[in-house]
Amino acid sequence: MGNHDHHDVHTRQPGNHHAANSGHHDHHAAAHSHHQVTEIDNRKYGMWVLIGSECFLFGTMIANFIINRHNTGTAPKPTDVFNIELTTWSTFILLLSSVAMVLSLDACKRKELKKFQLWTFVVVACGLFFLGCQVYEFTHFIHEGFGLTSSLAASSFFLLTGCHGAHVAVGVLIMSSILVTSLVKKETWFNYNVVETLGLYWHFVDVVWILIFTIVYLFVYL
Amino acid sequence: MAKNLPKTGLISWLTTVDHKRIGIMYAMSAMFFLLCGGIEALLIRTQLMLPNNDLVTANFYNGLVTMHGTTMIFLFVMPMSSAFFNFLTPLQIGAPDVAYPRLNALSFWVFLFGGILLNFGFVVGQVPNAGWFNYANLSGKIFSTDHSVDFWVLGVQVVGLASLIASINFFVTILNMRCKGMTLLKMPIFIWATLVTQVLLILALPVITIALVMMSLDRSFGTGFFEPTLGGSVVMWQHLFWIFGHPEVYILIVPAMGIVSEILPTFSRKPLFGYSVMVYSISAIGFLGFAVWAHHMFTTGMGPWATALFSAATMLIAVPTGVKIFNWISTLWGGQIRFTTANLFAISFICMFTLGGLSGIMHASPPIDYHHQDTYFVVAHFHYVLYGGAVMALFGGMFYWFPKFFGRHLSEPLGKVQFWLYMIGFNLTFFPMHFLGLQGMPRRNFTYAADQGWNLWNLMCTMGAYITALGAIVFAVNVVWSLLKGKRAKNDPWDARTLEWTLASPPPEYNFSVNPVVTQLDDFWHKKYPNGKRLAEDLIPYQKEVDPSTMHVPNQSFWPMFLALGIVTIASSFFFGGHGLAVALAGATVLLVSAYGWAYEEP
Repeated sequence: MGNHDHHDVHTRQPGNHHAANSGHHDHHAAAHSHHQVTEIDNRKYGMWVLIGSECFLFGTMIANFIINRHNTGTAPKPTDVFNIELTTWSTFILLLSSVAMVLSLDACKRKELKKFQLWTFVVVACGLFFLGCQVYEFTHFIHEGFGLTSSLAASSFFLLTGCHGAHVAVGVLIMSSILVTSLVKKETWFNYNVVETLGLYWHFVDVVWILIFTIVYLFVYL
Repeated sequence: MAKNLPKTGLISWLTTVDHKRIGIMYAMSAMFFLLCGGIEALLIRTQLMLPNNDLVTANFYNGLVTMHGTTMIFLFVMPMSSAFFNFLTPLQIGAPDVAYPRLNALSFWVFLFGGILLNFGFVVGQVPNAGWFNYANLSGKIFSTDHSVDFWVLGVQVVGLASLIASINFFVTILNMRCKGMTLLKMPIFIWATLVTQVLLILALPVITIALVMMSLDRSFGTGFFEPTLGGSVVMWQHLFWIFGHPEVYILIVPAMGIVSEILPTFSRKPLFGYSVMVYSISAIGFLGFAVWAHHMFTTGMGPWATALFSAATMLIAVPTGVKIFNWISTLWGGQIRFTTANLFAISFICMFTLGGLSGIMHASPPIDYHHQDTYFVVAHFHYVLYGGAVMALFGGMFYWFPKFFGRHLSEPLGKVQFWLYMIGFNLTFFPMHFLGLQGMPRRNFTYAADQGWNLWNLMCTMGAYITALGAIVFAVNVVWSLLKGKRAKNDPWDARTLEWTLASPPPEYNFSVNPVVTQLDDFWHKKYPNGKRLAEDLIPYQKEVDPSTMHVPNQSFWPMFLALGIVTIASSFFFGGHGLAVALAGATVLLVSAYGWAYEEP
């Protein structure tokens, strides 16, 4: 954990209302500059809590898929339409994006602007590639008769992977916003805590995909 | 746009990020929805006053029952608890504000708009009528063809989102913003109750979120998750609903327990008996609360193992609950009890909640539950815990903290009149329901035959409801009169124990001019009474008020309200038929613009 200048313990006195947060350039609310018990940035702390909640969100959908995975009726089974090679590649690319995320965060910490922008771009590009694969895959499945309403297995599949795709899309949107901001503001924009918070989100979304890939795409053959 | 917004007037309220003002707005909205839910209850009781009554149609009666339950749970008890979380959490832990002030404003606006969406069915004549649990497949497209159930599904979805945002906010606030010296076991007990409630919300809400998404997909996009004709399972909805729905019960009652645990020590002039055991009990209740959901589903026939396990887990919850009840009694024991209105409500909470808990233990036993299921016995049970319990405690909290909120006391004589009207009215309404239930009167039926032997009890129930309504009128008069003419409140009018009483009433926008430092539980009390003797008034360490311009507070912002508008617009797109996509895109645009405006403005 970086940013040790963040937790200088201070007593808030009248007139002395902006003691902490000398570590980065944007101004924070009093709430942020207040003494933080755990020395963890509030936003990062909140992201961990959100991730806890998201575990139950995805857990519910994964359980639903496991229950309904063979509930196909006369419609095609998941194994009839899956293209494991394509999905393996898109999984690989998505996992690579996590490496890029780590390097982007590292560059942010070292305040190396070009590297930061490069690796942030790689994160965005990998995310977009993954989303592109998912769009292609969905179109292909629907064409094969494995659509949202074809069977409960299909509905559960689209609910789960669609929700994950939406999470990737939100991540791509935010990371590209950060990229644009850093292109505009240049050296004045290095916000380690923001990037680390988003990094947590990004890694979580990747980890969930590992679970989804294993359970939805691989275990379904068992 | 965030700068130089006015500090008074309408704009200041629309743009506020001050946790105290947001708390007051939560309280006002909750009271409005209490009025709605109360009127629904009165209509229900008037319909049931006499056998074969035809005041309302069967269909509208179903709507009243559904919306009464939904409103009281999601739009009164939860936001009223939230009002206390908002107002008190930063004050009790000695923080300048919550962790995310603007997210706090967002959760309020999302809640308010969601509550309006949930009730919009009344405006267009399509009132949700599938029960507050919205069981499939009654709620499916085959049996609920109009938009009534969609108002419920999307309204609860939006209100749930508001709770999720708020829960993350308070969780982080409590764990990360405590003042110096306030370790976990030196936190006020209300803060512990708040913390456990947030954990329950954080983990239970995503389950109902997905269940509601599945329900929306079923109803609007033709999937069949809960539709047996398409291979779906109706019991699946019950499981998902109650995995959320049972923790929800504790989400309603745990804050009330926290409030009572603050009121009793103050008015007994004794520390809370067994503080740490109380903390462990609340945590145990929160933990076990996730392991008992299927006791709502014994009659679905889950098989002996599941039934036995859920029955045992349910009975287990009685242990920490019993511990708490004994702790409250022991807190009162030997104390110098002052029977203020707040304390009367708190004591009545113990009695009523114990009665409700006892009937709860009864239907933890599956053979008994088979008989109780869907009868008025269950109605009696959960009104004893949620109304005699949670709502009474919330009223106690209102009387206790009203001086801190508004700087004036509620009238004590009027309060006592209201208390007794509530107490008598409540018991007259709900105690006979035990008898009605055991005599076999089913829930949710819009009328009954005259020859069942239920007439007298039903008449009594209805009279009780009218007495309660009188109490509500007394409360409304009390609030209006007290806001205008009530006795001015000092910093610490009750001689209480926690940090909010070191502040002026009402507290200044910046809260603490000097960051508090605590060394022990009930630190303020021990500073007031260093050797058991009260300090002279001018030596008591109250917070001094300073020139507000020297204190930094977060900037006001319009964006939370706009973002909430975007969210509710997206949710309402389901009601526009062929234009739905256009409405959703418009809402998404508002949401995105607000999100970027928010991210790039100075907080």
